[in-house]
Amino acid sequence: MLEVKNLTVQYGNLIIVDAVSFSANEGQWLMIVGPNGAGKSTILKAISQAVPYSGKVEFDNTNIAKYKSHERAKIIGVLAQSNFINYSFTVQEVIRLGRYAYAPGIFSRQSEGDERYIAEAIEMTGLGPLLSQSVLTLSGGELQRVFLAQLFAQNPRLLLLDEPTNHLDLLYQKQIFALIKEWLKAPGRAVISVVHDLSLAKAYGKQALLLDKGKIKALGQIDEVLTAKNLDVVYSMDVYAWMRAKLGQWK
Amino acid sequence: MSNNQEGFRIYEYIAFAGITLFTFALCVSMGSVSVPIRDTITILGNSIWGIPIPATITSPAIILSIRLPRVICVALTGASLSLAGGAMQGLLRNPLADGSTLGVSSGASLGAVIAIAFGITIPSLPFAGTMVMAIAFAFISLIIILSLAYKLDYSLATNTIILIGVIYSMFISSILSLIITFASDKVQHITFWTMGSLAGSSLNNARVLLMALVTFGGVILLHARELNAFAIGEENARHIGVNVKRVKLIIMIAVSGLIGVCVSIGGTIGFVGLVTPHMVRMITGPNHKRLLPASLFGGATFLMLADLVARILLNPLELPIGVVTSFIGALLFVYIFYTSRRKTHA
Repeated sequence: MLEVKNLTVQYGNLIIVDAVSFSANEGQWLMIVGPNGAGKSTILKAISQAVPYSGKVEFDNTNIAKYKSHERAKIIGVLAQSNFINYSFTVQEVIRLGRYAYAPGIFSRQSEGDERYIAEAIEMTGLGPLLSQSVLTLSGGELQRVFLAQLFAQNPRLLLLDEPTNHLDLLYQKQIFALIKEWLKAPGRAVISVVHDLSLAKAYGKQALLLDKGKIKALGQIDEVLTAKNLDVVYSMDVYAWMRAKLGQWK
Repeated sequence: MSNNQEGFRIYEYIAFAGITLFTFALCVSMGSVSVPIRDTITILGNSIWGIPIPATITSPAIILSIRLPRVICVALTGASLSLAGGAMQGLLRNPLADGSTLGVSSGASLGAVIAIAFGITIPSLPFAGTMVMAIAFAFISLIIILSLAYKLDYSLATNTIILIGVIYSMFISSILSLIITFASDKVQHITFWTMGSLAGSSLNNARVLLMALVTFGGVILLHARELNAFAIGEENARHIGVNVKRVKLIIMIAVSGLIGVCVSIGGTIGFVGLVTPHMVRMITGPNHKRLLPASLFGGATFLMLADLVARILLNPLELPIGVVTSFIGALLFVYIFYTSRRKTHA
């Protein structure tokens, strides 16, 4: 589905992502892991065409750079780390904007399918009771759920998540990841997410890409990537011992 | 849950238009010489349908040739500036953005003053030189202010962008004063450019304002959905498929067009684009499909009333209209700033 070839991102002389190649196929949940500054988020930004890059990003064998904005949005959806809104839009207004890509022109009308996708998104995320509430009154977790609903309404085929639960408490973390897992069950979809929390990555990911200073350290099935040998080198510490020590406290 | 639920409803249009028309009649009839509102309506009605005005009514000339063009110009300027303000506040998701707070109006006046002082004209369209220069300088100002803001603070925080706007305004004002001092024989007094005035405006001015409002304002109204997306967040707008670069450019051109034309005719009338959308938002909510049409009527009403106060408060002396709008606007600015800060830190 998605094919990334030789992706390099450079700010001035600083190379952030260095000749990275990987692919994501239907039904896959690829976790991009690695320490701070490894270039994880930058890879997502390059795929969604938010930063200039060299190399190629192809979706179903077509160069993504060639897509128009609204055509790209029908294929790729992005959930950002956090969203801060200044105005008191209602939950419903934010979700409905997810259908923008299907009627992007000035005079284009909304299509029949819109209502169905919007209703489904609301149903899935359980936001029904909050629809006419102002987004300014929501907690961070609820707001993130609203943007997830917008994304479901947008109905892309590939979901890019940039640490979507970074600042959320455990309940919301679980909710968001469970929702995405549910979403991924339908055919023709894939998820790529940047995750800090290695346990979370292991719990939900099927494939993983371990990044070290912009280069791929390991790529493949998640259990083969997140080995003690790989992690210790990348994080410069005994990761497994640390994880076990943390978990040990909960017996 | 149908689509038109988001739009401005018919009865709302009627209510807003009714208030605006009433204010219009009030402003035409009141002034240094007050004409009863019934007589005013008779004069207006009869002259529209070409019926002779009864001799019992005095002073139809004051109404028709002085007040009418002025109040029309005031209403159109108010509507244009409010629409421009509403668009900027959406685009920059900043409730304090306005032509005057960002320095766009100052930029436009500089353009107009340069055109007048150096005699820049467009052949066969003597008035257009000033206007084109005002629009061009408004656009350049927007580009400068926004690029500075993006460089300094990519998230476009409210404070950063306003601070840049204030500094830019002061810088432009100093150049403006300099040029006006040297070319005092050609250019109107500095207070016209800093405080604005629509005294003595003509029906020709009104035609130009109307044309600008229809073209540039129309473009803004047609981009209400995109402005909603920007108001929620530029990043989110891109993610849902908005062509952010193109839309930003279109809105900036339209805003510059509106502000440039208004400034070249009435000088810098501050804070109109700040006050109106803020008031209107309390009634319509932030959705631009409702906010923008309501701002048109609200802006016309607000500026007509401000102009009325400017005319009659110290009768027979007349205040510059910008004195009234800035007085109200500055107080509201503090209030919005205070409440939005509290929200952020809650």
